[in-house]
Amino acid sequence: MSYGSSASACRALLVRDFSLVWRRRGDALNPVLFAVMVVMLFPFALGPEAAVLARISAGTVLVALLLAGLLSLDALFRSDLEDGSLEQLVLSPHPLPLLLACKILVHWLTTALPLIVAAPVLGELLYLPRDVLPVLMAALALSTPLLSLIGAVCVALTVGMRRSGMLLALLVLPLYVPVLIFAAGACNAAQQGLPVLAPLLWLGAALALALVLAPLACAAALRISLS
Amino acid sequence: MNPLLLWFHKLGSPPYFYRFAGRLLPWLWGLALIGLVAGLYGGLVLAPADYQQSDAFRIIYVHVPSAWMSMFIYAFMAANGFVALVWRIKLSETLAMAAAPIGAAFTAICLATGSIWGKPMWGTWWTWDARLTSELVLLFLYLGVIGLYHAIEDRRQASRAAAFLALIGIVNLPIVHFSVKWWNTLHQGSTVKLFGPSLIDGRMLWPLLIMALATKFLFAASLLSRARVDLLELEAGKDWARQVALSGERA
Repeated sequence: MSYGSSASACRALLVRDFSLVWRRRGDALNPVLFAVMVVMLFPFALGPEAAVLARISAGTVLVALLLAGLLSLDALFRSDLEDGSLEQLVLSPHPLPLLLACKILVHWLTTALPLIVAAPVLGELLYLPRDVLPVLMAALALSTPLLSLIGAVCVALTVGMRRSGMLLALLVLPLYVPVLIFAAGACNAAQQGLPVLAPLLWLGAALALALVLAPLACAAALRISLS
Repeated sequence: MNPLLLWFHKLGSPPYFYRFAGRLLPWLWGLALIGLVAGLYGGLVLAPADYQQSDAFRIIYVHVPSAWMSMFIYAFMAANGFVALVWRIKLSETLAMAAAPIGAAFTAICLATGSIWGKPMWGTWWTWDARLTSELVLLFLYLGVIGLYHAIEDRRQASRAAAFLALIGIVNLPIVHFSVKWWNTLHQGSTVKLFGPSLIDGRMLWPLLIMALATKFLFAASLLSRARVDLLELEAGKDWARQVALSGERA
């Protein structure tokens, strides 16, 4: 019996995941709505002065997007575990890290990309200085895939649990701290007129490393959770 | 087979380890107690007061050894986790998970004593310095490992998942260690050096080294005590555990 090539398996998985998201396309907007709500809370809590909000705008947008990403992580394997297709994925003859990388890619495209698109609007709500916006977008483009990859490993560890929400946050957030430090570092440097390249290069290096290692780690974690 | 290798293989068997640890424990607790008393007496009474901080510096005899232990125990936990994941040795799983709460306690002590010292010296309980922040992340990593371990029903699967998380978190260890070099912030650099002369007077150094040794024994004693109980629980259905329970034997 032939199983087809790994490339065709990946293509089939991508088509399946995309069509699953497309059939519930209303849900795809939820992370964006959540991020808007979180950002909206800050002017209420700190007062609407433009100077104060402009000072914290980049960091607030980063944290709002990070939290929205954290909340959407749970959906990465949830439905696949419930209908049993996750076990089939683990049993399949194709390399599991490759298949998981496809799943993480779809997850990033459907949850993080809308957030990145919404980021300029969120920044505008908080009077983000115009010259910081390109740096913020670059930092988001590098950090959100990194967050999805790191998060996927931790989700794989908690996949069988019924109430994993708080625990997932406890596992993921310490690992998110360095990413946030570098992304916010780039934005703060831009705000003070300092060179921004170094923190962005750090993010890029971490992303390159995570692209290779995270799918492997995710596969190992998933095998532990499903054993 | 080489007798040392044979002994090492035997040690991996829970009943053998249980008896071995039982014989070792009184010595370890005794050495830890003597070391702690000697180190604290030397540090709090015999060592001269600092010319700038007077007696307030004496908190280092608790702070520095716990900081060393917080990293040492994490490395120990991750190494055992690696062994547990690769060779599936049950004892390593138990040791890694028994080490986690002890490491978390040392990390908490380190943060608390640093904070108590920081209030009179730096004028603040807490500052977002690189060393402090990375140590706090280390505490959260410990708590994550403990939380994951207790969230999964099956003990062996739980320890494997938590060991895997501990392995991922090891990226934080070099950050904690080098944070005072990479970012020049409030926390001072290392004074006691493994290579080259230390920047601390010998009369202040020796109690610190005794404390460092005593905390190692304290960790070993605490670890073995916890591991014995965990092994009994894990192997509750086995004959040897039943015999231990029935005879009530301690060794």
